[in-house]
Amino acid sequence: MREFRYEQAPDAAGAVALLAGAPGGAFLGGGTNLVDLMKLGVATPDVLVDVRELTSREITDLPDGGLRIGAGVPNADLAADRRVRERFPVLSQALLAGASGQLRNRATTGGNLLQRTRCGYFTDVTKPCNKRAPGSGCGALEGVHRNHAILGQTLEGPGTCVATHPSDMAVAMLAVDAVVRVLGPDGERAVPIAELHRLPGDDPSRDTTLRHGELITAIDLPALAFPSRYRKARERASFAFALVSVAAALRVEDGVVRDVRLALGGVAHKPWRVQAAEQALVGGPATEEAFAAAARAELDAATPLRDNRFKVPLARNLVVRTLLDLVEVSR
Amino acid sequence: MDTEITLRVDGAAHPLTVDTRTTLLDALRERLRNTSPKKGCDHGQCGACTVLLDGRRVNSCLVLAVTVGDAEVTTSDGLAADGQPHRLHRSFVEYDAFQCGYCTPGQVCSAMGVLAEARAGWPSAVTGDLDDADVDLTDAEIRERMSGNLCRCAAYANIVPAVAAVAQAEGVRR
Ligand SMILES: Cc1cc2nc3c(=O)[nH]c(=O)nc-3n(C[C@H](O)[C@H](O)[C@H](O)COP(=O)(O)OP(=O)(O)OC[C@H]3O[C@@H](n4cnc5c(N)ncnc54)[C@H](O)[C@@H]3O)c2cc1C
Ligand code: SF4
Ligand code: FES
Ligand code: FES
Repeated sequence: MREFRYEQAPDAAGAVALLAGAPGGAFLGGGTNLVDLMKLGVATPDVLVDVRELTSREITDLPDGGLRIGAGVPNADLAADRRVRERFPVLSQALLAGASGQLRNRATTGGNLLQRTRCGYFTDVTKPCNKRAPGSGCGALEGVHRNHAILGQTLEGPGTCVATHPSDMAVAMLAVDAVVRVLGPDGERAVPIAELHRLPGDDPSRDTTLRHGELITAIDLPALAFPSRYRKARERASFAFALVSVAAALRVEDGVVRDVRLALGGVAHKPWRVQAAEQALVGGPATEEAFAAAARAELDAATPLRDNRFKVPLARNLVVRTLLDLVEVSR
Repeated sequence: MDTEITLRVDGAAHPLTVDTRTTLLDALRERLRNTSPKKGCDHGQCGACTVLLDGRRVNSCLVLAVTVGDAEVTTSDGLAADGQPHRLHRSFVEYDAFQCGYCTPGQVCSAMGVLAEARAGWPSAVTGDLDDADVDLTDAEIRERMSGNLCRCAAYANIVPAVAAVAQAEGVRR
């Protein structure tokens, strides 16, 4: 591991100021991803600014019935919060489907959003990877890519990258239109979560649109007035990353879809909002056939790799099954 | 880069100078010679290094020692107050819940966390109704909640009843 200086700040503004003066530094949340990547030599910060205890660890009510989650709230506490369980079950379920009890105790909300891909070439410094070492190539494209992306990849050129974003929590937050509150050297801004994570484009080294030194302080969840649910397919029953996951919320009245939110995990470089399917569904019947047709409308654009074609039908089936479950609970 | 810290472990305070890169696991094992937490993977994947940090279970291999501050670290060793095995230790022996024993201190600390989390009404991925205030610590719940602890000897079939027996004895709903 590269040597680094460990810094604590009195408050969030102090942490931002410290990192503004350290171009090679990084914020430290629970460390469950960053410390791991430092051991592997993938992350090499020369300064760590500890923000785990100085970002808020509270969940507060917003006037509209939504919630504000401090960036320092541990994943375990967020999943167990009564209000989250009642109003945003999709979020509790997503968190509980991820990692382990020990990891969720330590991992923070801010850190979870910014965890990096689990691509095996990214985490092995002896392998080519455009994300870790721009210009070195993408080992996964023709290599081991069973659990890589099927949508929105960059399939050629120096930006080639077919990695997925690993967070379960972020998929649920995308489905409920969360807003990420950020504090930077130039002040505060609010980033809709759909604009936080990015596709690889021609620069896979950047996972998000955040700039160096921008601190996530909180995440706002606007009120959600209808049932929601998270469903995750993985290679073992527990403690494994998603092959594909779906976060969904659905309002049905008299058998007609009035409102629907759908996001997929495990399919792209960012949590994937399933917009084509959402649009196809609203105003139509809440039936298995309609759900399957809508999922197909989205997944027709998929560009699976040699060994991950299975994700296309898996994603379709998960969408259909999860929406049918939501129809059931809406009765 | 050397930094001075004081680690509070199993009831005793230990002033130490550590390199900032030192994990809590390495500080415990290599500096304090508390070899109760084990190093399996060093990457958060196996749970052998599980300790309690202010009563909450964490993977000590991913916690930097400099971040611990004055939090109380409890290892499986420290659960044996006055040299008397903890109820969980005895249950693991009684149910033959290990072979080589390498994963056991982590399993025991994790089980402590499971019991506390269930008492606090925390749900898990297999909890049917999230609105339910109470948790029934069924065998399926124990399996799911202990899934961050791998056992290379595959003593799982005996770990579940070992934890269940203590839950029963302590009046945790089953
Ligand atoms: C074995 C294992 C299995 C896992 N399984 C799953 C799984 O199934 N599903 C899943 O979703 N996740 C899983 N995870 C990942 C886990 O959820 C993340 O490691 C965790 O959420 C990261 O949070 P943290 O606070 O520890 O982040 P850190 O490791 O502290 O930080 C992660 C990144 O975020 C930055 N950062 C941290 N806080 C802030 C902030 N407030 N503002 C700006 N930047 C910040 C850091 O600089 C770093 O780049 C797993 C991890 C492990 C080790
Ligand atoms: S998929 Fe992306 S992260 Fe993986 S090797 Fe290719 S460039 Fe690197
Ligand atoms: S050694 Fe810490 S989880 Fe394996
Ligand atoms: S008893 Fe040998 S690893 Fe669990």
